[in-house]
Amino acid sequence: MTMIKARIDNIEVEVEEGTTILEAAEQVQVKIPTLCKHPDLCATAACGICVVKVAGRPNLIRACCTPLDNGMEITTRDPELVEVRRNVIELILSKHPNECLTCIRNGNCELQKLSADFGIRCEEYESIVPDLPKDDSTKSIVLDPRKCINCGRCVEVCQNQQAVWALSFLNRGISTQIAAAGGIPLAESPCIKCGQCSAHCPTGAITEYDDTLAVWSAINDEKKHCVVQIAPAVRVAIGEAFGLKPGELTTGKLYAALRRIGFDAVFDTNFSADLTIMEEASEFVERFVNKTAPLPLITSCCPAWVDFMEKYHYDMIPYFSSCKSPQGMLGALAKTYYADKKGIKPEDMVVVSIMPCTAKKYEISRSKDMYSSGVQDVDYSLTTREVARMLKQSGIDFLALAEEEADSLLGEYTGAGTIFGYTGGVMEAALRTAYYFVTGEDPKDLDFVQTRGLEGIKEAEIDIKGTKIRIAVAHGTGNVETVVNRIRHAIETGEELPYHFVEVMACPGGCIGGGGQPTGVTDKVRLERTAGLEKDDHAHQIRCSHENKEVQKLYEDFLGKPLSEKSHELLHTHYVPRPCYKR
Amino acid sequence: MVDETKLTPEMQEKLAKVAAAQRENLEKMAKEQKELAEKYDVHIFCCNSTSCRSAGGESVLEALESAVKSNELEEKVRVVKTGCMGLCSLGPLVQIEIKGREPVMYKKVTPLLARLIVLEYVAKAIETPKEQPLEISEFLSEHILPLDIPFFTKQEKVVLSNMCKSNPESLAEYVAHGGYQALKKVLDTMKPEEVIEEIKKSGLRGRGGAGFPTGLKWEFASKVTDTEKFFICNADEGDPGAYMDSCTLEGDPHAVLEGMLIGAYAMGATTGWFYIRAEYPLAVERMENAIRQAKKFGLLGNNILGSGFNFMVELRLGAGAFVCGEETALMASLEGKRGSPRPRPPYPVKSGLFGKSSCINNVETLANIPKIIAKGADWFASMGTDKSKGTKVFALTGRVQNGGLVEVPMGTTIREIVEEIGGGVADGKKLKAVQTGGPSGGLIPEDQIDLQVCYDRLKAVGSIMGSGGMIVMDEDDSIVDIATFYLGFTVDESCGKCAPCRIGGYQMLQLLKKVADRKGTKEDVEKIKQIAHAMQKASLCGLGMTAPNPVLSSLKFFPEEYEERLIKTGSDAE
Repeated sequence: MTMIKARIDNIEVEVEEGTTILEAAEQVQVKIPTLCKHPDLCATAACGICVVKVAGRPNLIRACCTPLDNGMEITTRDPELVEVRRNVIELILSKHPNECLTCIRNGNCELQKLSADFGIRCEEYESIVPDLPKDDSTKSIVLDPRKCINCGRCVEVCQNQQAVWALSFLNRGISTQIAAAGGIPLAESPCIKCGQCSAHCPTGAITEYDDTLAVWSAINDEKKHCVVQIAPAVRVAIGEAFGLKPGELTTGKLYAALRRIGFDAVFDTNFSADLTIMEEASEFVERFVNKTAPLPLITSCCPAWVDFMEKYHYDMIPYFSSCKSPQGMLGALAKTYYADKKGIKPEDMVVVSIMPCTAKKYEISRSKDMYSSGVQDVDYSLTTREVARMLKQSGIDFLALAEEEADSLLGEYTGAGTIFGYTGGVMEAALRTAYYFVTGEDPKDLDFVQTRGLEGIKEAEIDIKGTKIRIAVAHGTGNVETVVNRIRHAIETGEELPYHFVEVMACPGGCIGGGGQPTGVTDKVRLERTAGLEKDDHAHQIRCSHENKEVQKLYEDFLGKPLSEKSHELLHTHYVPRPCYKR
Repeated sequence: MVDETKLTPEMQEKLAKVAAAQRENLEKMAKEQKELAEKYDVHIFCCNSTSCRSAGGESVLEALESAVKSNELEEKVRVVKTGCMGLCSLGPLVQIEIKGREPVMYKKVTPLLARLIVLEYVAKAIETPKEQPLEISEFLSEHILPLDIPFFTKQEKVVLSNMCKSNPESLAEYVAHGGYQALKKVLDTMKPEEVIEEIKKSGLRGRGGAGFPTGLKWEFASKVTDTEKFFICNADEGDPGAYMDSCTLEGDPHAVLEGMLIGAYAMGATTGWFYIRAEYPLAVERMENAIRQAKKFGLLGNNILGSGFNFMVELRLGAGAFVCGEETALMASLEGKRGSPRPRPPYPVKSGLFGKSSCINNVETLANIPKIIAKGADWFASMGTDKSKGTKVFALTGRVQNGGLVEVPMGTTIREIVEEIGGGVADGKKLKAVQTGGPSGGLIPEDQIDLQVCYDRLKAVGSIMGSGGMIVMDEDDSIVDIATFYLGFTVDESCGKCAPCRIGGYQMLQLLKKVADRKGTKEDVEKIKQIAHAMQKASLCGLGMTAPNPVLSSLKFFPEEYEERLIKTGSDAE
């Protein structure tokens, strides 16, 4: 590793070769202001605010994308730099609507903060905000090109990180705007609703589709029995909206808060994650041992991945697990099993889910299988960000709440259910139970560490008492193609399959890094949230899905056994090719 | 390069045979072409560049050919369509060379005139003994353009030298005029580093505008040890009023191709790319034709002329974005992506097209290369100034008497170009200013036109050399309107990627229009300067950084034209 020595504001700095000036400056406690650079993404170099001076160079240099060089002497602040930065901010503000008070990102907007830091007190230039319509066609994410500052993060995420190629820049010059490529509605584009664009947007230009008002009305509708479920990854991230560190577990407080704001029952998606494992592990064992269907088995609990597969990789349909996602399973059971026990008609129920995800909003009506109770199984899917706002509106002192428990029937969960929230977790949970299904005993070590970590593609061979199972875990749809191509190659050539079991999550890091989570995610944040869920797993006495008592009771009382007819009716789904343009 | 160790002796022998046959073919072709030219008594050169074609040059050419035929003069008279002859404002141009007589050039030729020229001048000249002077009708003589005017005599043609006497669609004519000799010399006698040394010694700097030393660029690229490297010719000329590169491609495509081959050999490139704007259909057609011919005669492909050097060429069309002349945007466009610039470093020589080491040179730069190799670096360096060597082609347009394509040694003064070569301002008006460098350049006022044209001196007065646009403005032209026009152009052509250029340019234009409409105030002018500063300092690429230049230089040299249009406020109000 080559080290680079330079001086930043007269302070000596030594960094690895390739470190940008922006990163190097942080090591000497200098935060060079920037608007377009997200620490999670490659620099787009669009805003021009991070400019610095390098001795001997006539032009100002962008700190975000210029690597530090030996002997560089860098000035990060002087009157001229401040003047230029200020002027650029004023220019950006002139093309950004002055609607902070009514903006979804009010108080959490990077442009607002920068403008406050620079003490901008007047509109220096005439407002030239174009009159462009919003695109809310997906009902998952909303594009408001008026608020866009063309930082390019969303395009970078969509094209290069996620390899979806739905978003692009349209037009040029002052008319440049982000839109679905070709200017078509986003819903008709290859968009998979993963929402990574919204989680990286510095302003209110790309946001989640806000369902909070509809949910408030449902809660306040006395004729409706309103229940809620909480996804694994939400509990380690929602605290960030209340000043907690990423990864701090808030499960008990969330149950309490949701009850207080008026939900009639509070369930946990971790319960149905355990149930998913029962179904999916059974499916895997069926395919692996009894060879009833082809391998590899590919997980299907991520709706953005399902959408991506149906659009770009639909030849993988035969390999897909037919299991619905935990959200879908809980919705179906709430309106059948739970409704039966409580004597409530499904049409008098409202099921709300709290998800780290924008694609879950799409999932709840993605096919007729999502209406298995006779009505729509899940009525509303809220993101972590929306629920944080609802809790704040309610005036509840979230952090001071005493912890409570979830409601019974659909509330108990094991350590295996909770790790669904991070990349590799579904695989790990499935392996724990598959081991049991194959051998009749639990594995000695429940931690399948090969599945963990943030590497884009993780491959391993798992030994189940002499039987070798080859697995792959991919996260971030940008990493999927490699895995899928390996499978395709083996199928086409008749070579030995590279994998028996594959887990895919559309978002980097899995659901903890989901598109509906609090903004500002970086790998550091992803690891902290992951650690929170790992802690939750280890804190549980029961860490295998098949030992979940409420799940066992559900099978006894209602479903019979995994993959039963009833299970198939309520807990499984189908896939269809939805081809979109080829890259 | 062919790994000779892997070839069997039989294969080597076969390759050598092929190469020898290729060389022989070329020599034969040149010889035959020279003999053919000797055979005729009369050569009629008819300009067939875009500018003359747009003035009706195509039908003039047809008229000349049919008149020669109908007068049964085919045995003695040869009609040659050529590249640009230079004095475009008086086109279509036709030059006639008759053995034993002084050449004559006709201006503003129409098809009717063309037939008369053949009938009354050419046919007559053939019949008349050489010693006897010819009587030319008044009608014809009105169209004669004297060849001893400064427009022709004051120029020094290097890049344009081959254009007005040869058919750009003929490889035979190019080789007959010494074409591909430089390539042969390089392949036969020079190592890549010697080629680079020669170009460095010549002092050639990039003619696209920035003026980076070409030899140095090649040297950087040659030091990258990728297996695959690219050579790109930037033919995305887009400055309003500039057409040097289109004429060069149209008039001498093989020279540009030869320049690229030499550069590719020097840096070790395997594939070349011509990026030509789609608005230049004739340039595209002629370059495609040149590439086809070069492939056919073994000048492109594997083992070129038996040297072991392999090189292929691709041609791509630009889709009309000015910013694609910026090298990183150009490469993005070549890759099929949106043509937006990206930050440098990494520079293209390190990571360019498709992430491979790439060298990008402008058309005129490449057209100079064969001449430098053929005549030597010292010859080239003997022209020009200290730091700007050789010649420069300018597209002299605007309010000038003789507008067109002119080539002068670096260091020639603007006054010489405008007043002597250009024949001064048209219609007897007074000169106000000269604009160079297109929308990235600036205005040079009348009292400073004794300035020598070279990279550094133009920069010093707030303009730039640019690619070679030179627009003459007279006393009636409004400086504010001109500045508004140029800024309007760059604002329209901004790719929209970076905020300073995208929003700054637009806001500045609004303020400038306000001033032009006599609604602006002193404060608006201050804001214009403020935005200009931010754009120059914080824009991502050259387009945004230089877009304020026309406005700033006009504010500097012609403040009174702005003041005259301002609304008086505060203490200034009467």
